[in-house]
Amino acid sequence: MSVAASRKGKKAFHAGAYFKRYWPLYAMLVLPMAFCLLFKYWPMTGLAMAFKDYKVVRGIWGSKWNGFSNFQYLFSRAESIGVILQTLKLNLLDLLFGFPMPIILAIMINECRSKAFKRITQTVIYLPHFLSWVIIASMFIMLLRTETGIVNIVSASLGGQKVPYLEDNHLWQIVYIFVGVWQSMGWGTIIYLAAITGISSELYEAATVDGAGRFAKIWHITLPGIRGTVVTLLIMNLGRVLGSSFERVNSLSNPYVVMKGANVIATYIYRVGLSQGKYHYATAMGLFQNVIGILLILIADRFAKSMGESGLI
Amino acid sequence: MSVQTKQKSHRIHEGTASRTFDIVNVILLVLVALICLLPFVHVMAMSFSSNSAVISQKVFFLPVDFSLEGYRMVLEDASMMRSLGNTVLITVAFTIIGMTLTILAAYPLTKRELKGRSVIAFMFMFTMYFGGGLIPEYLLMNDLKLLNTLWSLILPLTFSAYNIIIMRSFIESSIPASLEEAAFLDGASYWDILFRVVLPLSKPVIATLCLFFAVGRWNAYGDALYYVSSNSRVYPLQLKLYYLMGMASDAANLAEGGTGSYVTAEVIKATCVMFATIPIIILYPFLQRYFVTGIMIGAVKG
Repeated sequence: MSVAASRKGKKAFHAGAYFKRYWPLYAMLVLPMAFCLLFKYWPMTGLAMAFKDYKVVRGIWGSKWNGFSNFQYLFSRAESIGVILQTLKLNLLDLLFGFPMPIILAIMINECRSKAFKRITQTVIYLPHFLSWVIIASMFIMLLRTETGIVNIVSASLGGQKVPYLEDNHLWQIVYIFVGVWQSMGWGTIIYLAAITGISSELYEAATVDGAGRFAKIWHITLPGIRGTVVTLLIMNLGRVLGSSFERVNSLSNPYVVMKGANVIATYIYRVGLSQGKYHYATAMGLFQNVIGILLILIADRFAKSMGESGLI
Repeated sequence: MSVQTKQKSHRIHEGTASRTFDIVNVILLVLVALICLLPFVHVMAMSFSSNSAVISQKVFFLPVDFSLEGYRMVLEDASMMRSLGNTVLITVAFTIIGMTLTILAAYPLTKRELKGRSVIAFMFMFTMYFGGGLIPEYLLMNDLKLLNTLWSLILPLTFSAYNIIIMRSFIESSIPASLEEAAFLDGASYWDILFRVVLPLSKPVIATLCLFFAVGRWNAYGDALYYVSSNSRVYPLQLKLYYLMGMASDAANLAEGGTGSYVTAEVIKATCVMFATIPIIILYPFLQRYFVTGIMIGAVKG
C-alpha cells in the first residue's frame, strides 16, 4: 500500500499532497537533525580556525586569515612531526601485535570440544572490553609499579631485578601495546567466530575422511574460510593508522613519558589546545589528522572492494 | 548445529596428535583467560584487605586480613557519592535522549517514500568519519554556556550515527513490511505504526542500543576532562577516579583540578576501582549477550 502510494506520488508529484501525507516522517527527523547540525556540523565550521591567526578577544570570525601558515608551523617543528610519527609508530605496533591475536584466539576457541569450557572462556576474555580506560589503567599501574606492584614483587622474590615498567620510555610503550591487546583481543574474536560458524561442516568431514590432522584443517579450511573477514578488518584497521585514542594514552601516561612515548596527536591537541590555549595550532593538527584519516578510509574501502570484499562504506 | 557435526567428525579419527593438540589448546586458553582475569582479581583482593596488609605487600589474589574499611571510607566520602550520583544522572539522561534520537532518526530512514532519504542518510553517516575535533567542540560548549555543567556530558554525544545504522538495519531486516502495510490499511498513521508495531518488535535492538549508550557514558572520561575539570561538583565517577589515581600527569591539569596532589591509600584506590566497576559486573551477563547481538547487526552493514 505505502509502496504503491509512493509510486503514484512519483508519477505526479505534488509537494502539497506529498507533505500532507508524509509529514510525520519529517517531523520525526526534526530532533535528530537538530542535534546532528548543532553538535556535529556546527563544530566543523570552527575548522576555519586552522587557517586563522586566532585571537580569543576577536573570536573565530573576527580573527585574521593566515592561509596555511599554521600548517607550515606544525610541519616545521620537530615536536609536532615527532607527535605524528609517534602516533603512527604506536598504531602500527598495535596492528602488528593486536591484529593477529583475535584470529588465533578465535581458532583456538573453535577447536575446543567442551561447550561449557568454550562459554566460560568467552565470558572471561570479553570482560576487559567493558571496563573503562581509567579502570584498566588504574589496575595496570597498580600491578606494574616499580616498588609496590605485584609483578615486581613477585619477580624480586624470585631473585630478579625490579623493572621500571612505567617510568622507562621504551618499556612504557611495550606496556601500552600489551594493555591494548589485553583489552581488545577477546572482544575481537566475536566477528571471527561468527565467520567460522559460516564454514560448511562438510568441508571438515571430507578433510577428516582424507586423513587431515587438526593443523591441516585449520590451515586449509578454517583460515581460507575467514579470509574475507580478515582482509576487510585488516584494511579497515590500516585506514585508522593515524587515529588515536585519547583516553587510552592519557590514562596510562605519567610524567616520565608524557613528552616522549605518550606524546601522540590526541594528547598533543589536548595539551597545546586546551591547556596552552593555542587553539589554531591544535585545530590545524586535528584537521590534518581528520583529512588524512578520511582519505585513508576511502583508499582502504576502494582497496577492499577491488579485492572482491564487501568494503566498509 | 554445525559446530556439533564438526565435533563429531573430529572424534572419528581420535589420534594421539589430536589429543595432544586438545590438551595444549586448553592449557593455552586457560592461561589467556587467567591473564584477562588476574589483574582484576588482584585489585578486588586488595579492596577487601586491610590497609596494613596492602602496604606490607602481602596481598596477591585473596584478601589478607579481610576488611571492609576501604568500602566504608568510600561510601562515607561525600565527594565520591556525589560523583556516583552525577554519573548515574548523566548516564540515565544520556541513554534516554540518545535512544529517542536514534529511534526518531532510524525509522523514517527505513521508508522508501521518504524523499531525500539518501541525502539525509549520507549527512548522518558522514559524521562517523569527519568532525570538527576537540577545539571547535570545546568552543561550542563554551558558546552554549554548557562548560562545567552536567549538560556538556549529556548532550553532545547523544547523536550517534553508528547506533542509527544498527537500529535501521534491524528494522529493515526484522520487521515484515506486510505488518506495517496491514496497519496502514486500518488507517494507522506513521506515529501509530512506530509506537504500536515497530517499537514493540524492536525490543532486542532497543535493549542493545540502550546498553551501548549507557556503558559508553558510564566509562568515558575524556569529555569530562575537557569540559568540566574546573568544577569538581559535577565530576563524574571516572573523572573523580582519574584524579584520585594521580593520572593528571601534566602541569596544567594539576593546576586546574587542584586535586593532583592526592596521596591516596592503596586500599582506597583499589576500592574505588571496584566501586566504579561493580555496576558493570552486575550487568555483565546482559551486557555480554546484547553487545554480541549489536556487533552482529552492525557487522551486516557497517
